[in-house]
Amino acid sequence: MGVIVSTRRIVKAGFVNFWRNAVVSLSAIFVMTVALFVVGATILMSVFLQSTLNSIRDKVDINIYFTSDAVEPDILVMKREIEALPEVKEVEYISRDQAIEAFKLRHANDTLMTQALEELPDNPLGAVLNIKAKDPSQYEAIATYIQNERDKMAGSGTQAIYSVNYAKNKIIIDRLTAITNGVEKVSIAILFLLIAIAIVITFNTIRLAIYISREEIAIMRLVGANNSFVRGPFVVEGMIYGMLSAIIATGLFYPVTLWLKASTKDFYGGVDLFYYYLTNLNEIFFILLLVGIALGAVSSWLAVRRYLKV
Amino acid sequence: MIYFDGVSKIYEGHAALDEVTLHIEPGEFVSIVGHSGAGKTTLLRLLLVEDRPTQGSVFFEKVNVHKIRSKHIPEYRRRIGTVFQDFRLLPNKTAYENIAFAMEASGKSDEEIRSDVPQVLELVDLGDKLWHFPHELSGGEKQRVAIARAIISQPDVIIADEPTGNLDPVNTYDVIQILKKINDMGTTIILTTHNKGIIDSLKKRVITMADGKVIRDDRHGKYVL
Repeated sequence: MGVIVSTRRIVKAGFVNFWRNAVVSLSAIFVMTVALFVVGATILMSVFLQSTLNSIRDKVDINIYFTSDAVEPDILVMKREIEALPEVKEVEYISRDQAIEAFKLRHANDTLMTQALEELPDNPLGAVLNIKAKDPSQYEAIATYIQNERDKMAGSGTQAIYSVNYAKNKIIIDRLTAITNGVEKVSIAILFLLIAIAIVITFNTIRLAIYISREEIAIMRLVGANNSFVRGPFVVEGMIYGMLSAIIATGLFYPVTLWLKASTKDFYGGVDLFYYYLTNLNEIFFILLLVGIALGAVSSWLAVRRYLKV
Repeated sequence: MIYFDGVSKIYEGHAALDEVTLHIEPGEFVSIVGHSGAGKTTLLRLLLVEDRPTQGSVFFEKVNVHKIRSKHIPEYRRRIGTVFQDFRLLPNKTAYENIAFAMEASGKSDEEIRSDVPQVLELVDLGDKLWHFPHELSGGEKQRVAIARAIISQPDVIIADEPTGNLDPVNTYDVIQILKKINDMGTTIILTTHNKGIIDSLKKRVITMADGKVIRDDRHGKYVL
């Protein structure tokens, strides 16, 4: 028999069976939609978590406070040196003038402080370098480097650096690093568990649907249908389940993320999941479609197999 | 044509078949009788390679059927038509589709299917019920669909395992008449039944089984148990 003819017959039989077993098809689609929704939610959750953790990590930095005698060219040289370190993501330079402006702004309502400042002949604040590492665990190395620089400068008689706030922030930084890493590990474990559960539930549902058809399978074999001709329509049916479930699950995320948007927009470092959903709609749908079709096809293939043994 | 050579089948210590040796010639109409559990169905299952013998061999035209590679078993099964007491139609397919499925499975062309299926259903007097689903047909009609499906691929043998077990006397008579007609056209028939009237009216070869053994084999037998 030609491959094209038999493929056409198998695909047609798959669609006809899907339609005629409407009740079984509906329940399979229902379960698969839930499973794919879990998979999709997993993707969205990891995006959400990642962006939250990143914004928390972003709050961590090392500040070098310079003395008011430190001259700008020297500070900029140091800035470039620090930027050249492989661990450093970025270095922000805040000049003395910027520092005092920010200070005044912060204490605009504090008349005592404003008056005290006016009494002073000169800007009392020094320049600041804010250093961000690529990874929180790298602050230790950066701090060590800065400390060495400071010691060198002290040896040569100049004292440009007033203080480095790493030591006092160290405990907080370490703890935050441990927490974010921990959250990441646990969430990955939970995500894998959820996906595994989704796969097992889908597989069992399809197995049950095919268990209902076990006598039909026996009849097909009896009238001389070979294994691929018996199995083919079931695999096609499984793929249809996957396709429709992917469409439904993707559609379901519209109201869900819209609702989540309202409740997460004030969240600390939260990301707009609705916006993420809309901009990544194609990718999300494609992933769910692929997962759905693969899950349906493989589950059916495996479930029929046990009824095909002689 | 069909040769059982010292065949035994043991299920968990109990011998369903006990060294059965028998020969069936082409074109024969053979009835197998015996009480439930005598081994009739086991005999047929072994011929259809739905099961393997514990001992002995089954030959179909010099081929040991249990040595056929599983890939080629579907081709072998297409040479045997089957009719059962419980009809075994595909419940989600119409009468037409049930028969078309068997043809599709054996790789017949769409043109052949379109012309042969209505013809064979006409032959069993169901020309007006092509598009009925099995649950819309009576027992006798279902069995006629099953017979139509069994003969569509022009098999060498038809196995009818208590085909009249669920039918009323009128339908029983019809089904047996159809089987006789098929036999007249040269197809070998193997029939199992509990119906004394059928056996006695057929006046064909009767094999009587008990406890997994062949206890009688009469050329023009009667139903004796």
